[in-house]
Amino acid sequence: MGRHEQLKFPVIRTVGLQGMLVTFADALSEPSNRATLGFQAALAQLAIGGVIETSTSLASVFVRFDPSSLSHDQLRAQLESLLADQDWYGASLPEGRRFWRVPTVYGTDLAPQLGEAADAAGMSEAQAIDSLGAARVRVLTIGFAASQPYLGTLGAEWDLPRQTALTPRVPSGALVQAIRQFVLFTAPAPTGWRHVGQTGMRLFRPEREDPFALRAGDELIFEPVTRADLLRLREADPDNGGAIVSEIAS
Amino acid sequence: MSGLRVLQVGPVVSVQDMGRPGLLERGISQGGAADVLALAEGAALLRQPPGLAALEMGGMGGTFEVTGALRIALTGAPMGATLDGVALAWNASHQVAAGQKLVIGAARRGVYGYLHLGGGIATDPLLGSRAVHLMGGIGRAAQAGDLLPAGPDAGSETGRETGLGITPEDRFSGGVLRIVESFQSSLFPDEVLARFGETAFRRGGRANRMGVEMISDGAGFSAAGQLNILSEVIAPGDVQMTGDGKPFVLLRECQTTGGYPRIGTVLPCDLARVAQAGQGAALRFDWVTLQQGLEIQARYDAQVTSLPSRCAPLVRDPAEMADLLSYQLISGVVSAGADPFDTGDNK
Repeated sequence: MGRHEQLKFPVIRTVGLQGMLVTFADALSEPSNRATLGFQAALAQLAIGGVIETSTSLASVFVRFDPSSLSHDQLRAQLESLLADQDWYGASLPEGRRFWRVPTVYGTDLAPQLGEAADAAGMSEAQAIDSLGAARVRVLTIGFAASQPYLGTLGAEWDLPRQTALTPRVPSGALVQAIRQFVLFTAPAPTGWRHVGQTGMRLFRPEREDPFALRAGDELIFEPVTRADLLRLREADPDNGGAIVSEIAS
Repeated sequence: MSGLRVLQVGPVVSVQDMGRPGLLERGISQGGAADVLALAEGAALLRQPPGLAALEMGGMGGTFEVTGALRIALTGAPMGATLDGVALAWNASHQVAAGQKLVIGAARRGVYGYLHLGGGIATDPLLGSRAVHLMGGIGRAAQAGDLLPAGPDAGSETGRETGLGITPEDRFSGGVLRIVESFQSSLFPDEVLARFGETAFRRGGRANRMGVEMISDGAGFSAAGQLNILSEVIAPGDVQMTGDGKPFVLLRECQTTGGYPRIGTVLPCDLARVAQAGQGAALRFDWVTLQQGLEIQARYDAQVTSLPSRCAPLVRDPAEMADLLSYQLISGVVSAGADPFDTGDNK
């Protein structure tokens, strides 16, 4: 069957009985992220009957559907036809994106794995803070937990594998790092990524009219502040921990 | 208002319905009842739509005071239940009156029992559903002092359509889980895929509404390049291998994406069997093709649709029974599991 041969992208594969996945690449890149966001937007516009919902991951678009009203063959044909419509790798980013400057403590007891990550990247802690604190990253996708962003792409020096053992618990607002990305945690959770920074961002506010702080395409910088500064900012601004937000002109 | 006042409650008790489809792109999995078949059984017993909310009780129920005339039904993992000290049949519907005290004990088999109210539990919906999503931080587990209000129910005063029973599909003791290959199955060597289907598993100690650990003797089940693959979408039923090659079957309240590779996806119709397996229960995975999986699921969906016609009055005159052995012999006093001769559940 040649099941282990190299994939040719974009590729359409099944996810269980009720899902189909359109994957644009097997590694992170600017074009594949553009393709992912653009293709999902176009798919949502098509409003295919029998499709229950769509979502993106880093380089894929997921379609959940009801096979009793839309067969696998029918959906696959629709997806193939949409793929052929345009060069999705050159699609433009979503409108209405925002830029966030997020005060962040690197290291200390609030983010105890900075030293470990710096070691793995071959840097001193100070160099790691300079590098991570200056990186402008984009929300590549939202996932894992409510409103939780995967952010990238960091430089090749940050292509660190996940840990084999889980960090038992990182708190809400934790900035963790692996494989040229950050994840900013919505709620306390265990993780295989390294806890390098801590912010005061509260990403999911179910009691609010708009409960979701970030959108795919938003850009962020995690600016270094002292431990004392973050504690003060968090006190004064319990939702955003002092983060400053502005519109990105399209 | 009719409803139940929670006097005392187990630690993993929460209001659940069919969950929140449509929020995957916001990072929120559908969630909802761990055993959606039990939701459908309760709805069939009360002759109401299956989308109404019920109380899901993990391992242990609680003590409830009835605040107004109400119909209730009990489904899912069989638990001991009494109304003012008199035993109530499980997998059945009952009429209760204001001031009565309902006590639901520990699960005798399985994990999640369900307490349904006529009219459903009418707590305030959040983001389109009443389901508590513990992992997503939506709502919280039930606590002593909570009021569980019932929605409008024409039968609440008359007890219309109570005293019905249903014989549930036995899904409370482990068994065989049908699994299809998924988009990451090819990351696993053929030998590992084959061995996975031949291995005897038992449910491990780590299990909750997000997922259930499977343990086995012998080597783990690892994929190539396991620690560096891109995080990718997760569907309920996905069997995820953690760093040490140990499988977790993910349930409806799972995370929406994850970086650990998935060896395959358990059919939706077998997920209740995963959620309801008690610690140590024997489980095994049976690979089926996509086409076989679709047919199995379609047959199951048809069975769920036919549930209302399979509810029957609890107390029957044996002389009126066409086929005595096809009925579950519930006396109306003592509850039974699916097997009427399983004396382990009876006194």
